[in-house]
Amino acid sequence: MPEHDDPRALVLRTAGTNCDGELVRAFTLAGCVVDLVHVDRLVADPAPIDRADVIGFPGGFSYGDDIASGRILAARLREQLWPSLRGAAERGCPMIGVCNGFQVLVQVGLLPGPADGEWPADRSPEPTVALAENEGGRFIDRWVGVEPVGDRCIWTRELAGRFGRETMMLPIAHGEGRFVAKDGATLAALESGGHIALRYTEAVNGSQGDIAGICDASGRIFGLMPHPERYLDWTRHPAWTRLDAGVRTGPTPGRLLFEAAVGAVRALASA
Amino acid sequence: MTTTATTASKAVHRIEVHPTAGDPVAQRIMHDAKALGIRMTGARSARVYLIEAELGDAGLGAVCSKLLADPVTERAVVGASDGSGTLIEVHPLPGVMDPAAGSVRDALHDLLGVDAEVTTGVRYEFEGISAGEAQNLARRLLANPVIQAIHAEPFHPDELPKGHEHESPLTHVPVRDLDDGALEKLSREAHLFLSLDEMRAIRDEYRRLEREPTTIELETIAQTWSEHCVHKTLKSRIVYREERHEGTEARRHEGAASLANNQSNDPACLRASVPVCLPLTFSNRPGHTINPDGSVTIDNLLKSTVAAATHELIAEGVDWTLSVFVDNAGVIAFDEDHAINVKVETHNHPSAIEPYGGAATGIGGCIRDVIGTGLGAKPIASTDVFCVAPPDTEDVPAGCLHPRRILSQVVAGVRDYGNRMGIPTVNGAVSFDHRYIGNPLVFCGSVGIMPRGENDCMITGAAQPGDRIIALGGRTGRDGIHGATFSSAELTDTHADEFSHAVQIGNAIEEKRVLDAILRARDYGVGRLEGTEARRHGGPDLVAGTQLDDPSCLRASVPSCLFNAITDCGAGGFSSAVGEMGEKLGAEVHLERAPLKYAGLTHTEIWISEAQERMVLAVPPENVAALQQICDEEHVELADLGHFGTPDRELILNHHGVVVGRLPMAFLHDGIPMPTREAVWGGRDGETDGERDEETKSRRDRVRASNDDAQSEDTSSLRLSVSASLRRLLSHPNIASKHWIIRQYDHEVQGNTVVRPLGGPAARGPMDAAVIEPVPGTGRGLAIACGLATGIGDPERGGDPYQMALAAIDECVRNLVCVGADPDRIAILDNFCWPSCRKPENLASLVRAAEGCYDGAKAYRTPFVSGKDSLNNQFTIPGEDGSDGRTIEIPPTLLITGVGIVPDISKCVTMDAKRAGNRIAIVEAAGPDSLCNMSRIGGSHLVDLTETPDDVESSAPLADLVEGPKLARFIAEAIRRGLVVSAHDASEGGPLVALAEMLIAGATPGAPLGATYVPCSPTPLVRHLGDRPHCYVLEIPPARVDEFNDLSLELGVMGTTWMGEITSTGLLDLHDETIPVEDLAKVWLGPLDW
Repeated sequence: MPEHDDPRALVLRTAGTNCDGELVRAFTLAGCVVDLVHVDRLVADPAPIDRADVIGFPGGFSYGDDIASGRILAARLREQLWPSLRGAAERGCPMIGVCNGFQVLVQVGLLPGPADGEWPADRSPEPTVALAENEGGRFIDRWVGVEPVGDRCIWTRELAGRFGRETMMLPIAHGEGRFVAKDGATLAALESGGHIALRYTEAVNGSQGDIAGICDASGRIFGLMPHPERYLDWTRHPAWTRLDAGVRTGPTPGRLLFEAAVGAVRALASA
Repeated sequence: MTTTATTASKAVHRIEVHPTAGDPVAQRIMHDAKALGIRMTGARSARVYLIEAELGDAGLGAVCSKLLADPVTERAVVGASDGSGTLIEVHPLPGVMDPAAGSVRDALHDLLGVDAEVTTGVRYEFEGISAGEAQNLARRLLANPVIQAIHAEPFHPDELPKGHEHESPLTHVPVRDLDDGALEKLSREAHLFLSLDEMRAIRDEYRRLEREPTTIELETIAQTWSEHCVHKTLKSRIVYREERHEGTEARRHEGAASLANNQSNDPACLRASVPVCLPLTFSNRPGHTINPDGSVTIDNLLKSTVAAATHELIAEGVDWTLSVFVDNAGVIAFDEDHAINVKVETHNHPSAIEPYGGAATGIGGCIRDVIGTGLGAKPIASTDVFCVAPPDTEDVPAGCLHPRRILSQVVAGVRDYGNRMGIPTVNGAVSFDHRYIGNPLVFCGSVGIMPRGENDCMITGAAQPGDRIIALGGRTGRDGIHGATFSSAELTDTHADEFSHAVQIGNAIEEKRVLDAILRARDYGVGRLEGTEARRHGGPDLVAGTQLDDPSCLRASVPSCLFNAITDCGAGGFSSAVGEMGEKLGAEVHLERAPLKYAGLTHTEIWISEAQERMVLAVPPENVAALQQICDEEHVELADLGHFGTPDRELILNHHGVVVGRLPMAFLHDGIPMPTREAVWGGRDGETDGERDEETKSRRDRVRASNDDAQSEDTSSLRLSVSASLRRLLSHPNIASKHWIIRQYDHEVQGNTVVRPLGGPAARGPMDAAVIEPVPGTGRGLAIACGLATGIGDPERGGDPYQMALAAIDECVRNLVCVGADPDRIAILDNFCWPSCRKPENLASLVRAAEGCYDGAKAYRTPFVSGKDSLNNQFTIPGEDGSDGRTIEIPPTLLITGVGIVPDISKCVTMDAKRAGNRIAIVEAAGPDSLCNMSRIGGSHLVDLTETPDDVESSAPLADLVEGPKLARFIAEAIRRGLVVSAHDASEGGPLVALAEMLIAGATPGAPLGATYVPCSPTPLVRHLGDRPHCYVLEIPPARVDEFNDLSLELGVMGTTWMGEITSTGLLDLHDETIPVEDLAKVWLGPLDW
């Protein structure tokens, strides 16, 4: 049974969310009690956001990704839940948006967020980056090498140097994952401001700077196109049958990513 | 509520959304157009929204900025923008499903308080091509006139189309006084597709009832009695006989077969001119009677073969099947708490006309079958197998789409539906043959997981008298009408016009919402954690400490579940779903209660519409409110259509208070006449051997022409070198890499995929089977694979469908054990796709395949748990002046799909070559027949490349039902003991193609792998490159070779050849020739890299 003081994770779902099961498992394995709640229920009563210690925006095809990926869910969060989301951001509640969740977070304006970390009160920030249709114009599913960048992001910084090239990989599965910044200055500011948290080690979808994931100024809100929640066990590695048994010990990069963020939550609680 | 209501009147507003940061959609079209020979200098795309609403400028601005356009990457234009190029717009025809339009409509309502009607389209601008070329491109690539309209100007109508109310009068169809000719005419013209016998039975029933049928009654009978729904061919009585005829080529196979002969002993193939004995005999088969004249009478072919094998295996102690042949999917035990259910469907005819929608609704329907099994299952994996004409086909008959387009679109359909549903597509195959030109095959499979409940109470459901008939999900429209009868008909060149209403477009998110609601309703009473919805997923154990704590589980109804039974609305729509659920009870339905997409449907259309994404549940009245609440929360529409249980077990149909149909369930379900059908094997005289030779030659020419590598060879040579043959086989479209397809599917959503369809360090190795861990963290896995051996049964090559069935089962089993499945826990499914079985020869070939299913399932101890048949797969090209024309029959195609339990996923083995120094073993059957197999080329892909040499048999290899199962158990045990580091099934292209694939899969940039392969003799080629059953290629570390040999001795396996070893040279060393592995990779990866 979960301990009473275990961190409380909120996983938000809606019609078309389909990576919620594995995201729930990721938080559970990292020691959280998990609430999986439909966005309609949050609009009616945002209390689960207010009491969450960590929030996950799962992958999938929210509302079918009709119009564009994550568009309708992002519009609902902006128009109907901004005060609670802002509150969560301000109290340092870590958030992760995976794939469709990342697409939602950038359209809500939670990523990259204001450079000074001051969240606007009345309405969400204007989006400054986007995840556009892949170069090649097709959905693509494959594993790709990634590397954590910098020490800002609480989700990825502990991954640095822990894994070799053959295991520091994550799966991507998206049609619209090409990272695009509004203009050159925006991209430069993201780079210099420490917002880049994860890069692909090769060009996979035409993303600027091979950017796979970014974080906000606090390093606690993080979004990425690859799926760390699909890499919670060594048997999920794409070529695990040829990895030496010695390599397949300890947490996977995916599991460590969630453990790191939940660890930061515990650290904040005990501080 | 709208802020602009005072200044705006209702009008259709047109909004274009243009990409501003690159346009990959347009780039992709330029790429695909180039493949069609249309070269343009530039292309642009934009989405178009037509919104009929009261909106002023401010409102339109808000719609653009808040909803339709991304501020970073898109630009919205109200109205029609000016363009410089040639314009094409594609918009859906009225009534065609437009999922995006629905989402926009809902979002406009939720976010902006605007009530609107919406449709969506796409605008293209092309540079450097004429208007004519643009139209041509639009027809060939961008739009299908069956569902879409092509415009050369910006489309901006004054109003959006709406249905119109019209009377739905009660009409009777006189049948009581019709003679045979008139009955047949009625069947044909009303698209009933019923036989004369069946029409007579209907006439006689109404004479007994002393009235005429109503339209809806006639349609209900036609749906229920369709081949698609009742499988009347497979269930009928068949008299089978064999005709010896003095052909030349065919003789080799038919030979001296005697129906009672049970010898398969003949090593006579060693003397090439002597006919081979057939091992198929008919004595001692259940439900079979051998008549004095030598013919065989088979009562209910399905029951006497496929199902008989399962029931006999169960009687012999196979205790892990939980539900076979009775539900929407077969069910087997997975572990003590969970069951796995599995179903494979075909959606061939809709995919011929509209491949994208046909394939999408094919997978959607199969997923609903899995959801609607027992008291509901969660889909956890999908499979897909496509059979199409070769992509380089030049001569496409009128009424057919080009095979390249069909393949691209069916892939897109499966991709968009499966990915959106969040179900990994993990296994599949593609098979090319010119005879699929007018009638492609699209097989879609779905695997689910369900809780077993106490005493397996969750495995079966049954409607109870008084239960409400509850429809969930999509609205009913005119789409998909006559799908069941259409699928039972034969395609002709006019079908695209006549049956465009049978085409459906799927809406995956609707189905996902329905799934979410059903799983919540199923697990309603199961200890939900306070403050969390995480329990709702039921099946897979998502949250620690939440084991299923199902209460007492009374059989009448499971208290934790809100419903007593569930089924999907598939073929036949409500008529089939309600008819089947109410078969034992009767049912009363009020058709006006079904929510409609648009006005104007007749009551008959409502009843038989096959609109997608609908499920029917039997719900106790006291549970309806709780179900309604769940549905409201999940945005799923619920309709209470009536109730189950009528006094006289009748089906009573009402429309606005008028009884429009009243049928006894007994007549509906038991009234179909089952005539005796005639099957004749060996009487094939439709084509001469000369024609057959011609076909083989032209196929060979095509393969050669399509192979660049072959251009440099001497194509006239009868005796190709091993290396040249290997290259050609690797680039054969059936064998070449399918990464172009696989990469478009999400094969790891849900996070439980352990062995993917592509593996190895560069993820380019074709895995034998997929493995998933359905309950994560338990270490117990499920392997999923298929087997297809069409060439071995091909009538064009004198093949035998009996051997084809055995080979397909063997291949499926091999694929499963190669990744670590337990051969004693494999369940299989059959999917028969045959040309018309009204033709006695085709029915005979079906009989032989079914007998093969029985023998194979018994020998391998792999019970069939489910199956499906599609028995009218042919395409007729009309002749000149109304003559009969030419019918292209597909080759009889039997897909075997298998699921196997993997006791410990940490012991899984993959086919990618691992390490230099490891030994390579080829393991195959020992014994005289198997030795003969090494010189039999029939059914091999090698036949496509080279004339049959003198030292080779033209017949197909024979299965060995003793050695085959023994080898599967041997390989599984060797894997279980950790002796094997790579295992690969060698079927298409024999052991050398298998080894080449292992090397291609295992190679890492910077760390090349090679192999030595030293045959004692390079000839005959078929020894190394021929398709055959029971053959495995293994990689074994030197330190484990002794243990492996000991195990061979222990299990009596004699057929191991140590052929060479893995090296680090990057070369495949064939002793007298060497080939760089990367060259092989290039020819293997290239052909289908679209």
